[in-house]
Order: sequence, then C-alpha cells, then structure tokens
Amino acid sequence: MNCTAAIKVMLKKTVLDPQGAAVRGGLRSMGFDCVTDVRVGKSMEVSISGVSSIEEAARLADEMCRKLLANPVIEEYTFEVYES
Amino acid sequence: MKFGVVVFPGSNCDTDAYHAIRDGLGAPVDYVWHQSKDVTGYDCLILPGGFAYGDYLRAGAIARFSPVMEAVEKFARAGGLVLGICNGFQVLLECGLLPGAMLKNESLQFRCMYVNLRVENNSTAFTNTLARGQVVSIPIAHGEGNYYADERTIEALEKKGRILFRYCDRDGHVTRESNPNGAALNIAGIISDDGNVAGMMPHPERAYQAVLGSADGLEVFRSIAAFISSRSAVVAVGGGRA
Repeated sequence: MNCTAAIKVMLKKTVLDPQGAAVRGGLRSMGFDCVTDVRVGKSMEVSISGVSSIEEAARLADEMCRKLLANPVIEEYTFEVYES
Repeated sequence: MKFGVVVFPGSNCDTDAYHAIRDGLGAPVDYVWHQSKDVTGYDCLILPGGFAYGDYLRAGAIARFSPVMEAVEKFARAGGLVLGICNGFQVLLECGLLPGAMLKNESLQFRCMYVNLRVENNSTAFTNTLARGQVVSIPIAHGEGNYYADERTIEALEKKGRILFRYCDRDGHVTRESNPNGAALNIAGIISDDGNVAGMMPHPERAYQAVLGSADGLEVFRSIAAFISSRSAVVAVGGGRA
C-alpha cells in the first residue's frame, strides 16, 4: 500500500527560537497585538510505498525522524500517517 | 606527517584549509573526496567550512551520512586527529563525535567578522602552541554558530576542560557583547573527551598569515603538527633504545 507521513519537527520548548521571536515581532508590528508567541518549525511530507500496513509505515516514519529528520538534541517531532 | 582535507559537495573552505597547511604550515596535505572510504596514512583530517549539501534540512545533517564519515569515525576512535571548522564542526555535532548542536545565530544575522577568542585549554593537540588565557584574533563567517547543549553537557564540558575557545573582548573578558551568535557560555570551540576530535566555529585557515589580517590561526595547525611530531618522537625513542 502507499502511505504519506505528514511530519512536523519543532525546536524543543526549552530551546530559544530567535526566528520565532522575529516572526512574533513582525506580526505584532503589523497590528496583531493578540500574538503572544510564535515558534517556527518544519513540515515534511514523506511518501512511502510497498508497506503492508499503516502501522509499518508509522514505524518507518518514526525511525526516519529519529535517524535524520529531527535532531534529538534540539528538536522534537510528531507525525500522522495516512493511506494515500 | 600528512593532513587530509575532506571535501563534501558544497564545502567551500577546503582550498583555504589546504593552502594554510601546505604553505603556512609547510606540511603534506591531500584533498579527500567525501565518497572515499579510505583514510589510511593520515595523521589529521580537517572537515572544512562551507555549506555541505546546501545545509539542507540542517547544517551537516546530510553530510554526516557521506561515505567518508564512517572512515572518519573509525579514524577518530583509533586515535587520529579530526578538526571540524565551522560547517565541519556542524558535521561532527550531527554525527555525535562532539556533543551538542548549533542553532541559528541569536541575531538571525549571518556574522562575517573578526572575533577575539580566549584560549581556555592549551593542553590539547589543537592548542598547545598557545598560552592559557591568550587572546587570539580569528574571523568567523556563519549564520548558525549558536552552540547549544543541555545543562548537564555544558557543565561537563566546563568541568572537564573540554572548551577550547570562548568569544571574548580584546582584553580577554568573556562578555555578552563579545558573543557574536548567542552561543552558550560564549563557546567557540570544544574538544572530545579523548582529545582527538575538536570543532571550532572560527576559521583558523583564514588567519594563517599576517597579510590576511591575522596569523593567529596558524597556531592551531602548528599545534596539531607539534602534537603529531611529539607522538611519533616518543615511538621513535622507544624503538631506538631497543
């Protein structure tokens, strides 16, 4: 079956995010006083084929995140896998 | 002795490193293409600055899987010296040969400028021609030099003397103002527990002769050469006595 893993990688909450701070500053200076914080991360879509189940694809997606897609020192990840 | 300068697709400080070693230090040096799996015969490998694999995903994230890196890791574990400069430092962090990670500079600016560094530890293969507390002038050029590690790691680096250089002012004071990127404890360079692997964000190969603006960077290469010579000298004396 063919699946898609929608992966989100964010900096850990304990890590300073100057990019997020800059975006927050930009939004607030545009008039969005309601914005209290912004954190910027990465979104990736990985197409997986030749797997027998969603669970198998999820296991593979987790391994990809641990080994390459996220740096465990500074980042954490979440993902959703669905049949494409 | 022989140096090797590893070249990844996207490395751009390899020729400067090559020339600093060949012309500044006067030692034999080769380029080592990232697909080479053989690094026998080298005493020191340099991972140079640049944008290996375009810094895609994260700086150094893809380069760490280059064929050459398996050989570099084995080489380091067997006692070979490895110096990662800027992007090279990022590669070493990504493959875990050094602890921690690099974040974007706090200012979000790419900082390309001379900085002052205080020598924190001169009992290493990379700093032995310098004095502890000495201030050297070496340029940086990076957008992601904001060194980060968790509290425990930072504490251990400090306690075990694993910090090589810290950003400081002209008089050697480690201050917030002298920190160009937000790096924890103004850390500019660190060394591994076994002392074989070092990483530094500043570019010593861009400061190897006075006409470039500073010759302080040459001391890093001279230190490596001195260490290699003293290591083989010990072996030679032992052999001679027998």
